[in-house]
Amino acid sequence: MPEGILCNRKPINTEEDLKRLLADKGGKQYYEEMKNLDVDVRALQDTLEKTCKSRTRTWLEICAHCSLCADSCYLYQANNRDPKQIPSYKIQSTLGELIKRNGRVDTEFMMHCMDVAWSQCTCCNRCGNYCPHGIDVGVMMSYLRGVLYSQGFCPWEMKIGAGMHRVYGAQMDVTTEDWVETCEWMAEEGQEQIPSLEIPIDKEDCDIMYVLNAREPKIYPDDVQAAAMLFHIAGESWTVPSEGWENTSLAMFAGDWEACKMNVQRMYDAIERLRPKCVVETECGHAHRASAVEGPYWAGREDGKAPVPYMHYVEWLANAIRDGKIKIDPNKKIKEPCTLQDSCNYIRNHGLEKHTRYIMSQIAEDFREMDEHGAHNYCCGGGGGFNGIGKYREERDKGLFMKLQQIRATGATLVISPCHNCWDAIRDTMEVYEVHDIKWSFLKPLILDMCIIPDHLKPQEEEEE
Amino acid sequence: MIELLSGTLFKISLLIFTVGLIYRLVQYVRGLDWRLERVAYAYAGQSGVLGALWSIFKWLVPFGTYGWRKQGFAAIAFFLFHIGVVLCPLFLAGHTVFMEDALGISFPALPVAAGDVFAILGFGGGILLLLRRIALPQVRFLTDRKDIAILALCLITLATGLIARFDLFAYDFMLGLHMLSGEAILVLAPFTKLSHMALFFASRAQLGIDYAVKRGGASRGPAFPW
Repeated sequence: MPEGILCNRKPINTEEDLKRLLADKGGKQYYEEMKNLDVDVRALQDTLEKTCKSRTRTWLEICAHCSLCADSCYLYQANNRDPKQIPSYKIQSTLGELIKRNGRVDTEFMMHCMDVAWSQCTCCNRCGNYCPHGIDVGVMMSYLRGVLYSQGFCPWEMKIGAGMHRVYGAQMDVTTEDWVETCEWMAEEGQEQIPSLEIPIDKEDCDIMYVLNAREPKIYPDDVQAAAMLFHIAGESWTVPSEGWENTSLAMFAGDWEACKMNVQRMYDAIERLRPKCVVETECGHAHRASAVEGPYWAGREDGKAPVPYMHYVEWLANAIRDGKIKIDPNKKIKEPCTLQDSCNYIRNHGLEKHTRYIMSQIAEDFREMDEHGAHNYCCGGGGGFNGIGKYREERDKGLFMKLQQIRATGATLVISPCHNCWDAIRDTMEVYEVHDIKWSFLKPLILDMCIIPDHLKPQEEEEE
Repeated sequence: MIELLSGTLFKISLLIFTVGLIYRLVQYVRGLDWRLERVAYAYAGQSGVLGALWSIFKWLVPFGTYGWRKQGFAAIAFFLFHIGVVLCPLFLAGHTVFMEDALGISFPALPVAAGDVFAILGFGGGILLLLRRIALPQVRFLTDRKDIAILALCLITLATGLIARFDLFAYDFMLGLHMLSGEAILVLAPFTKLSHMALFFASRAQLGIDYAVKRGGASRGPAFPW
């Protein structure tokens, strides 16, 4: 049963393996090896028997082939209504076949499944809202990803992403030292504006423990600073853990459930250590889903709840504005027409629409909803790992067009997006389709620009004789 | 022949139908797993129950959901057909008399004219569904022989019932065919997509619970805006 050196059924658990995989630029050798990766039929049958139960089997069986899910899928619409992009077809022809043949499939079939699972579905779950039978193809596609991952059929970047979480406890190679140093650096730099600014690390018994996306310390450290400033301005008692600070989960996109559990457990351990009253998370949609919605289950918590309440950034911010902890300068509100891209993961899949709507009502003078929004919004076009997979760049770019049309229809010149994936997708949309008159932003920098900094936090002018 | 169809065969079909569908429902519930689905069923409580009922109810109301409203033609065809095929077998005056004789169970009967209207509209709805399957490329693409066969079986049952009811021609033959196809539906129900008669409720309830206890119920309340 041959397996490749890079492409195999074993997850990445050491830095050495991770670096070797990373060195294979674009996954050239990885995908070559995949062509010869055998399917372990017995293991596959075992997985299906143990994990594919009545809900999934019933969903696959009672699908009436009515095609009411077709129009709900942005990829179906963006691909000129190609019937192969109908959610029902996508799952019936992959997972459905896999079950029908009871795992007796070949490498070619598994590679086809991989293409469908990662390039024709972002697991946004929108189709589930349009099926009279309540069939959620996104949920099944995520399950399929797990099955494929266990057999080694997983896009190169996803294997790396899951490996990063396993090796570094973060989606990127940010070590504890890197993270702590970034916090110290950002606090120090921020003291020019707010002299008393600090980023308290591992402080026990605070109200808030802040968790975030590794991209922030690694690529956008200003975002860490902005978060610190806003907590400071709001007068919050808060901290960040030195370990267990990463709340994203490329492992979830990859279908590596074991790594998902490890990641969530690191955060929950930090909660146990530091005893915060709640956890506030950065502006990231899938991270919220991975740590607050699915996470408790991975960690084996039967009640489905995290050890303490988790708040996506928009929920904390809405509360902070409502409670007057953050005061918006009425003269600095956004004047230009703006719209909002909510992440499917916190809107449809966690019901936070009222919070983002409240924030928009407080910060924007000309807020315009997209035609489909709230629980019925469309994926940004880059969700579920789609943004990060080079092999499927063309497919991703094609799908981005849907969101561009939606944004254009509002006439907005600014898109606010409290999610890293959406933010990236919108940035890439503007680049791919050469749009130069629409800007995009997270909430933090906008709020920092328009909130009133209390006098006692401002630098005191040194009195000169 | 009619005697056999209306007696022993009817009872056997009904037994297979009832036991089969109950078995399917029981197996569905037994197969649910909070770890695999990642839904805290044991902690669903009142919110879960409300979520489940809401999820079922909204989809049973014509144009009750955003999805139905977006697909007006499909919704009209679905509801005409389903109102016909649910109400007619149980509450048609002819059927209630028949069931009282055969089983000793009496259902309230629809006024005769209302029964006729539902049966005709149901047949019309079924024809619309069939046309939709053939005419729309995205539906035709998904449709397989079984989908057509099951719909055809329902249409034959409705058509023969109507022909016999209005005594248009070949009364005995039509009545026999009506009973035979009706019983075929009963027998096939647990083993085919017709099982959605029962599993629709299970599946919708499950998704309703999922949204109510896990995917946002705490923030938006148990009623997902279907």
